[in-house]
Amino acid sequence: MSVNWSKYSAPQAFYPLAGRLIPWFAIVAVALMGVGLYMGFFVAPTDFQQGESYRIIFVHVPAAWMSMFLYVVMAVWAGIGMGLNARLSYMMAQAIAPTGAMFTFLALLTGAMWGKPTWGAWWVWDARLTSELLLLFQYAGIMLLRTSIDDTRRADRSSAVFALVGVVNVPIIYFSVQWWNTLHQGASVSMATGSKMASTMLLAMLIMTVAFWLYSIAVILARVRCIMAERESLSVWDEQTAVIQDAAEAR
Amino acid sequence: MKPRHKRFAFIGLGLLVLGVATVLILNAFQSNLVFFFTPTQVASGEAPTGRSFRIGGMVEDGSLVRENDGLTVHFIVTDTAKRVPVTYKGILPDLFKEGKGAVAQGQLIANGTFVASEVLAKHDENYMPPEAADALAKAKASGAQQSKSLVVPQGKKESL
Repeated sequence: MSVNWSKYSAPQAFYPLAGRLIPWFAIVAVALMGVGLYMGFFVAPTDFQQGESYRIIFVHVPAAWMSMFLYVVMAVWAGIGMGLNARLSYMMAQAIAPTGAMFTFLALLTGAMWGKPTWGAWWVWDARLTSELLLLFQYAGIMLLRTSIDDTRRADRSSAVFALVGVVNVPIIYFSVQWWNTLHQGASVSMATGSKMASTMLLAMLIMTVAFWLYSIAVILARVRCIMAERESLSVWDEQTAVIQDAAEAR
Repeated sequence: MKPRHKRFAFIGLGLLVLGVATVLILNAFQSNLVFFFTPTQVASGEAPTGRSFRIGGMVEDGSLVRENDGLTVHFIVTDTAKRVPVTYKGILPDLFKEGKGAVAQGQLIANGTFVASEVLAKHDENYMPPEAADALAKAKASGAQQSKSLVVPQGKKESL
């Protein structure tokens, strides 16, 4: 069976598809979050030097990964939008920003809560923390820029340029702990050196990462449906047949 | 070339230029981006004089001395090449230990002692249960474990 995927680049076709996918992503995300948190809090062993306080890693690291990953995805959608002049790509970029900002904030918040008992400080201005804070400002800036421009097409293009320019910060965040000496420790899990964690700890962290990933997809799809409905100024989109009822006609 | 190919090429080129510019800028500001100076950098005069800066390294084994007031501590920060004596009056973080990383903020005084106003603990990226850490320490002591770090060797991972 061959599926004509390109038809889903049209909002009319994508809208009902997204609607059908959301519950599945949401259900699996919640289930995995339950499993991941249970493993993280009750199954994973106590750490040899940090005791129990290290357990915030099961939220902190997946949130930080998502904050960077979602930014790259947003920039890619923004780039595709600019290259192809595709409305749906811009809408995807717009839908990703709030979730990315939320994970960035979560990473910074859990980081502060972790920093106080281990390092002895809520916040330090080292390269890792500062560049992650900058990422939060980038997300906020992109969202503000969009709302400050009334014309949708201009707002799309401006925020796409902002998103693309800001993508240079992502490798800076990731490699900051290697390039400069920082208070933040190096990566515990990396492609190059493998894992420096006990295997149950690693498993719980990866489950949480997948859970956050699926949560992001569910929330972003829900948000992109709202954006579509808003932008197309259509009050009713027929889910089953994907027929748009022209608002003017309905009136 | 179709217009959209042109646009993608333009975006790609823009990102490339931006990336190169960023690398150049970061290189230029290299010295401002470090969070702390190592004892070797302090010894070679790279650290600022006459103003406050941070020094980071390992707390040397057996160097921690606590004065009778219970608050003032003396210890030596080392990067295994150079050593800097540090004095600090205040509460140390829980993870502050001999043989572990620490970052101290303060000033160098004339006799070469670093007077700290704040001491932070710097922990590493290894996470494992205490039994595994003990086993590794024992193995290391008996010479079986050659690795300098506490990285879990591939074969032993399953037993954790």
